[in-house]
Amino acid sequence: MKVLVPIKRVVDYNVKVRVRSDGSGVETANVKMSMNPFDEIAVEEAMRLKEAGLASEVVVVSCGVTACQETLRTGLAIGADRALLVESEVELQPLAVAKLLQAVCVREAPGLVIMGKQAIDDDSNQTGQMLAGLLGWPQATFASKLKLADGRAQVTREVDGGLETVSIRLPAVVTTDLRLNEPRYVTLPNIMKAKKKTLDVLKPAELGVDVSPRLKTLKVEEPPVRKAGIKVADVQALVDKLKNEAKVI
Amino acid sequence: MTEYTAPLKDMLFVLRYLCGLDDLSQLPGCEDLSAELAAQVLEESGRFASGVLSPLNAVGDREGAHWEQGVVRMPAGFAPAYRQFIDAGWNSLPFPAEYGGQGLPRLLAAPVMEMWKSANLSFSLCPMLTSGAIEALLLRGTALQKQTYLPPMIEGRWTGTMNLTEPQAGSDLSLVNTRAEPVSPDAASDFADGALVELGECYRLHGQKIFITYGEHDLAENIIHLVLARTPGAPEGVRGLSLFIVPKYLPDAQGKPSLRNDVHCASIEHKLGIHASPTAVMLFGSGVGEVGAGAVGYRLGTLHHGLETMFIMMNAARFAVGMEGLALAERAMQQAVSYARDRRQSRDLSGAPGAVPIIRHPDVRRMLLSLRSQVEAMRALAYVVAAAMDVAHQHPDAAERARQQAFVDLMIPVVKGWNTENAVELSSLGVQVHGGMGFIEETGAAQLLRDARITTIYEGTTGIQANDLVGRKILRDGGKAVRAWMATMRDDQSALQLRLQSADAVTPAQKDNALRLAQVLDGALQSLQHCVDWILQSPQDAPRHLSAVHAGAVPMLTLCGLVAGGWQLARSVEVVLRLLDDDATTDRDFLEAKLHTASFYAEHALRRVQGLAASVMGGADAVLDMPESQF
Repeated sequence: MKVLVPIKRVVDYNVKVRVRSDGSGVETANVKMSMNPFDEIAVEEAMRLKEAGLASEVVVVSCGVTACQETLRTGLAIGADRALLVESEVELQPLAVAKLLQAVCVREAPGLVIMGKQAIDDDSNQTGQMLAGLLGWPQATFASKLKLADGRAQVTREVDGGLETVSIRLPAVVTTDLRLNEPRYVTLPNIMKAKKKTLDVLKPAELGVDVSPRLKTLKVEEPPVRKAGIKVADVQALVDKLKNEAKVI
Repeated sequence: MTEYTAPLKDMLFVLRYLCGLDDLSQLPGCEDLSAELAAQVLEESGRFASGVLSPLNAVGDREGAHWEQGVVRMPAGFAPAYRQFIDAGWNSLPFPAEYGGQGLPRLLAAPVMEMWKSANLSFSLCPMLTSGAIEALLLRGTALQKQTYLPPMIEGRWTGTMNLTEPQAGSDLSLVNTRAEPVSPDAASDFADGALVELGECYRLHGQKIFITYGEHDLAENIIHLVLARTPGAPEGVRGLSLFIVPKYLPDAQGKPSLRNDVHCASIEHKLGIHASPTAVMLFGSGVGEVGAGAVGYRLGTLHHGLETMFIMMNAARFAVGMEGLALAERAMQQAVSYARDRRQSRDLSGAPGAVPIIRHPDVRRMLLSLRSQVEAMRALAYVVAAAMDVAHQHPDAAERARQQAFVDLMIPVVKGWNTENAVELSSLGVQVHGGMGFIEETGAAQLLRDARITTIYEGTTGIQANDLVGRKILRDGGKAVRAWMATMRDDQSALQLRLQSADAVTPAQKDNALRLAQVLDGALQSLQHCVDWILQSPQDAPRHLSAVHAGAVPMLTLCGLVAGGWQLARSVEVVLRLLDDDATTDRDFLEAKLHTASFYAEHALRRVQGLAASVMGGADAVLDMPESQF
């Protein structure tokens, strides 16, 4: 079975994100970029399936600018067999990415798509769900445990009330939560091997997908600086403030 | 305490623009090298250094290694970390593919080594010693010795040691008296039950070695000791010493560790720093083990030529210790900057109300810039020397190989001596930035100072490096290598001045600073020239002059270090001006910071060269004249 792992290049989680002075977005020039941490978990899970003999091939795919190739190389260095970049200079929004991935899935016919539940840059948490919808495949989001058997996936999901276990038919889309696994360190021999693995580049037009943005960003701004707190005299004053100033009760 | 973050941007800048990474990839044997590969390897090694090695640094310092009945237990976490380290293949990076290595050039090995050393110096010493033993085996081993020892050592399953020092033989190895007695093939078969005897001419060793780094530990399944010893009837002095392979467990015919050899760890030392690195007293031939009395050893290389082999490895070892100086200073800088941004004390000089982060106080800035500028200078110099080592090994043209080797030989004592002396000074400055908290172990600043202290001592003290510089490297070839180096530096200084005529993308102030750097460097080069001429003169009283040269050797070494650092920063500035001119969208912040650090270096470090030159040339009488009795 082939496993497809979509990965996204994002601002590294260690970087303190800065808003561009014109408010059009966050600064990404000369900022350290790396693989979305949730996607790293997805690649790791795919590798474990392969090592357990449950997957035959792991393909990593990314949609975005040319530099995404670096992120794909990291995926190959973790152990993926080959990589695919859908190259676009246009800002790609979740629906566009989902459509691109849908087209890729039609071509590649994977038995399973594993991807991060969300990307740490825009926190949309939409692409996996949209992809499953477009493909008409079952989905299990926020996975913290994954078992494959008899053409089905048993997935433990992290939901508000605790854990929910579902069984879904394959092919399916699974999105990963933090506790699914702990990604490995990349090994030096695998970095060297990754150089020789195939990395194909496609354009959205070749997949017949229109990726023009549909959402318009009005403004991006820093969150307001938190003000210092005050001490209230008694419960009465607290309730009064919550009711009339904060207006939360 | 902060965890280590690998300075990837600066490392890649130096590799690409100062070391000619792209040119190097044209050399035979370096085809795998590219800027992309370098970036990826450094990214992943940096991640490993921060995630696995750095968190164990303080633990290792607090717990230290433990000795009990000849067995050494490493601090908690070290064994699994070492397992991860070798599983990830890091141990194999620079070694030939033939024996399971990755065959990457020294230029790439240098920043990776720096990371291990910054993250956890004690840990890094284990792979470093193994690497020295591997080099010796590659150089002098027989086919069977290589086949038996290299694959497990390159993988890291077996580690290596260097056994040179004895209580009476420290810097002076002519005093070594560990004995190695030849064993006849018949007698060898007595202990050979299951052991492979064809591994070389067989000997029994008796004696004691001290200060053996990682002489005993629980990280690996076997430890391969390389031991310097004297055979019966061998000449006195260093020409009577041979080198022996003494495995802790003798390999059997399948290459698996089998019989326990008669080599044992009698104790480990309590030290000022590098607590997690076990420094062992090793006993050879105490009659304990499975092979009878006398440690079984196999000769490595030619009889009586042991020290020569050691000397060939010495460049690599001294370079590696120079990297330790750089690595510790980098870590001290990271800690100090982070503390100085965080810690609020006193109003700033403008008098605005409220305590400010101490990074705003002029003297704290001065200390941080001392750290930063010298770290950048040391890094550039060290990597440039690593690149020259690659060229000296791989270049198809013999003349070019020889030219680069002469440069490497000249620079090794400078990289070792100057980087490590800087590390002691800079890690002390790191403590100073922390104020009272720096004296408290919990900040981690103090550990760096304690760990740094050994680096000016082992692999040849600063004094030994300085003697090597003036004696073997300047006097012996009549100044050929040092003059070639000075000519290169003058060319690069002119290149900077030329660039300044066209540099349009920087402010007049920035241009002015760069021009001052070029001028100060010019003056420093003249001072160096005077010192070199003075050293090479042949005065009437030759013995007195030789003493005078050695009396000024350490100031001369410092001077050479400062000039070499200034040279590299001038080259950096030239590159920065070019990059800013070529493309306005490059990483301006990073590049402009380089202009600032170089300008600080010119004013605060390079200006010391003139004073040092006076000490080199005029300070000897004051050193030599006072009678011993008056001390």
